[in-house]
Amino acid sequence: MDAMPKWADVILIPLISLLLAFIVSGLIVFAIGENPWRALQIMISGALGSTYGWGYTLYYATNFIFTGLAVAVAFQARLFNIGGEGQATLGGLGVAMVCLYIPFPHWAMALPVAVLGAALFGALWATIPAYLQARRGSHIVITTIMFNFIGAAFLNYLLVEVLRPPTSMNPATARFPEATNLPTLHDVLAVFDISFSRAAPANVAFFVAILACFAVWVLIWRTRLGYQIRAYGNSESAAIYAGISPEKIIMIVMLISGGLAGMMAINNVMGEAERLIQNATEGAGFIGIAVALMGRSHPIGVFLAALLFGFLYQGGAELALTTRIPADLIVVIQALVILFTGALDNMVRAPLKALFLSFRPPEGPKPERKTTSPAE
Amino acid sequence: MRDTITQERPDAAVPAIELRGISKAFGPVQANKDISLRVMPGTIHGIIGENGAGKSTLMSILYGFYKADQGQILINGKPTQIPDSQAAIAAGIGMVFQHFKLVENFTVLENVVLGAEDGGLLRPSLAKARKLLTDLSKEYELNVDPDALIENIGVGIQQRVEILKALYRRADILILDEPTGVLTPAEADHLFRILKGLKDEGKTIIMITHKLREIMEITDTVSVMRRGEMTATVKTSETSPEELAELMVGRKVLLHVDKKPATPGAKVLEVENLRVVDEKGVERLRGVSLDVCAGEIVGIAGVSGNGQSELLEVLGGYQTATGMVRVNGQDIDLTGRFSDGQSRRARGIAHVPEDRQREGLVMEFTAWENIAFGYHNDPRYCRGPLMDNNALREDTEGKIERFDIRPANCWQTAKSFSGGNQQKIVLAREMERDPDLLLVGQPTRGVDIGAIEFIHKQLIALRDQGKAILLVSVELDEILSLSDRIIVMFDGRIMGERLPDQTDEKELGLLMAGIQGKAA
Repeated sequence: MDAMPKWADVILIPLISLLLAFIVSGLIVFAIGENPWRALQIMISGALGSTYGWGYTLYYATNFIFTGLAVAVAFQARLFNIGGEGQATLGGLGVAMVCLYIPFPHWAMALPVAVLGAALFGALWATIPAYLQARRGSHIVITTIMFNFIGAAFLNYLLVEVLRPPTSMNPATARFPEATNLPTLHDVLAVFDISFSRAAPANVAFFVAILACFAVWVLIWRTRLGYQIRAYGNSESAAIYAGISPEKIIMIVMLISGGLAGMMAINNVMGEAERLIQNATEGAGFIGIAVALMGRSHPIGVFLAALLFGFLYQGGAELALTTRIPADLIVVIQALVILFTGALDNMVRAPLKALFLSFRPPEGPKPERKTTSPAE
Repeated sequence: MRDTITQERPDAAVPAIELRGISKAFGPVQANKDISLRVMPGTIHGIIGENGAGKSTLMSILYGFYKADQGQILINGKPTQIPDSQAAIAAGIGMVFQHFKLVENFTVLENVVLGAEDGGLLRPSLAKARKLLTDLSKEYELNVDPDALIENIGVGIQQRVEILKALYRRADILILDEPTGVLTPAEADHLFRILKGLKDEGKTIIMITHKLREIMEITDTVSVMRRGEMTATVKTSETSPEELAELMVGRKVLLHVDKKPATPGAKVLEVENLRVVDEKGVERLRGVSLDVCAGEIVGIAGVSGNGQSELLEVLGGYQTATGMVRVNGQDIDLTGRFSDGQSRRARGIAHVPEDRQREGLVMEFTAWENIAFGYHNDPRYCRGPLMDNNALREDTEGKIERFDIRPANCWQTAKSFSGGNQQKIVLAREMERDPDLLLVGQPTRGVDIGAIEFIHKQLIALRDQGKAILLVSVELDEILSLSDRIIVMFDGRIMGERLPDQTDEKELGLLMAGIQGKAA
């Protein structure tokens, strides 16, 4: 029996959790002698008050959409892929290979190939943990997190020893050819005569991310494969009864998940840095976990949560720039958001459930809602 | 008997348990409505009702798991608050759950003492418990070895350990929830002897069950619950199973299945020398051979855990085995690439699994999603790589109507249907596949009487269409009334085959306990 209407579960709980996180954050800001209200104003104006701010917010959000989707897809099969960081790192390698070694006449041709390269390398990096889980039962959490370190070390080696141009002292690849540089939002919006900050890094990868959200939604809720993934995720014993092979599902889901995480590289590597550098992912793989948690593993939720975290990233950077609030506090605020929306979910859910129950007429079944559940 | 007790004991005029106006609601669901009940000391009181009638809720209130919204509990005439199970134990109430709460790798003695140790050191408690246990064991012919590990003793004995736990905590009032669900008829008889012994000692026993036969056999008084209300409390000697069934369901119920004699056709399923070894290396099936013909129901009787589940799993395609299985004369792959649920379905085998909640349904899925479950590759439900959800929902609406699934809402998740309606979803899905062979495991476990009648009729109708049906059930009544042939399994072997009109529960019960030879 559902105690709460679906909208309360999907919208109200995250909002309340978020509000609580902001209140506690405000108390901390207050405790170190700053004005929480002013801090919030700075964050909002810094992240959303200018096209420059929006450009950064959307740039971060794009990263988080990809890594969030990666975690969300895996979680539909109850697999906890926390290797997004490593898979995105390797995705960067895929993008670099494509951009450096294939001559493209135009970015529009480079982009789809780069997407494939990024997805392929990300997926490859997820293959071994997936195989170990499917065949050997090694826990996916352990193996994917270990592969994050291996991925970082592997890329370091490649950047220092193999990919670094001989004349350079920097552990980074050469700049990608001009023809592979992606148009920024400034370039895109200029076509429609809308002015947008030239300096902000948001680029066409954002639209790829939106497409990816839609594709994941179709995959999970409309395809046969998605049906089998959800069936396996909800009940392994039932899946086995139905003749759905757990090994197959684990492999396929992890490949898709790794591919999505890898695709982040078209934003940060191809769209922004335009070369492959060390630690290009900047922890976005881990933020993806929080994004998927908060977004309830649904593409729309992931999209919204990614925007929120993009806002927190950009607003937080502004805050560190213009106040005495140390940059570390931004991490604290982000951690509080994760804590309240993810880990302390039940703290909000239980009282809210009781509240809804008490407003219910005690007798008679509730009216049956024929609407499509928001999970679709 | 009951009256004599009342007369012999002057204090017996005070009920051991009295409930006054107990009400409990879970959100919109009124689980208990103004329930009043008096149970006299030294009697066995049965509580009977369909699933979801509120029996378990009522007992949970009495044992302190739930708090009643309204009403009063009186123990031996004293108003008593029971906020938790500690308070229930202190009030002299002991509970034996349907699913035992024992630590598998502890001994009997350790389990009995667990949670009721006297101090920080175990030894004195254990010594005390050992003495008490030996006394109690002798007194009630419990036959329990205090040093045996729980995992090494049978379910019947495990249940006695649960009873000992209650007695060790000085329970005067014993509540048993569906105590015979996992027992053989012989074990059930033994349990009833123990309960009668306890009653003669002056203990009060409340037994929750859905089996009318047991109510008639052992109780002194019986209360019937329906939809959260206590519809009647009667003396057992003054009622009949038919009357109780009617009180439970609210209408006349056919307790016996009407069916014509079977007209078996060609052999559909042939099984030869089937062997299954589980992961621990234990042989679960030890050379099983049987066959099922078109147009007949072959029932497999046996206490659960004697290889029936493995047999269904092998035939359903998710347990590897050695031996030979043929369907319509063609060999079935038992270990290789074509040994999975999908290949079996393609060969015309439909399977209603024993555990609908773990296997037959994805509980979080809606009804229409579950209707496709296992048949998600059916072209009728697909458009390329996409699912044709509209076609699927349309199909589901039809099945909901034909199988009278309630509520008739295909958007509802499986977990929010009642047990009977969940089972109807599985049956509708599997039976309307027009299979050559239908495997049915525990078709009416946890299903209310009204739905049982419906399910039995459907199975007979499918048989009359010339389908082969292999039925596995732990309910002997069900096996006897549905089967055209009965096969009894024990310890992974077939103990014997009987015709339903030439055998009885006693003989089958002995075979189920692994005792060969004709019953006396």
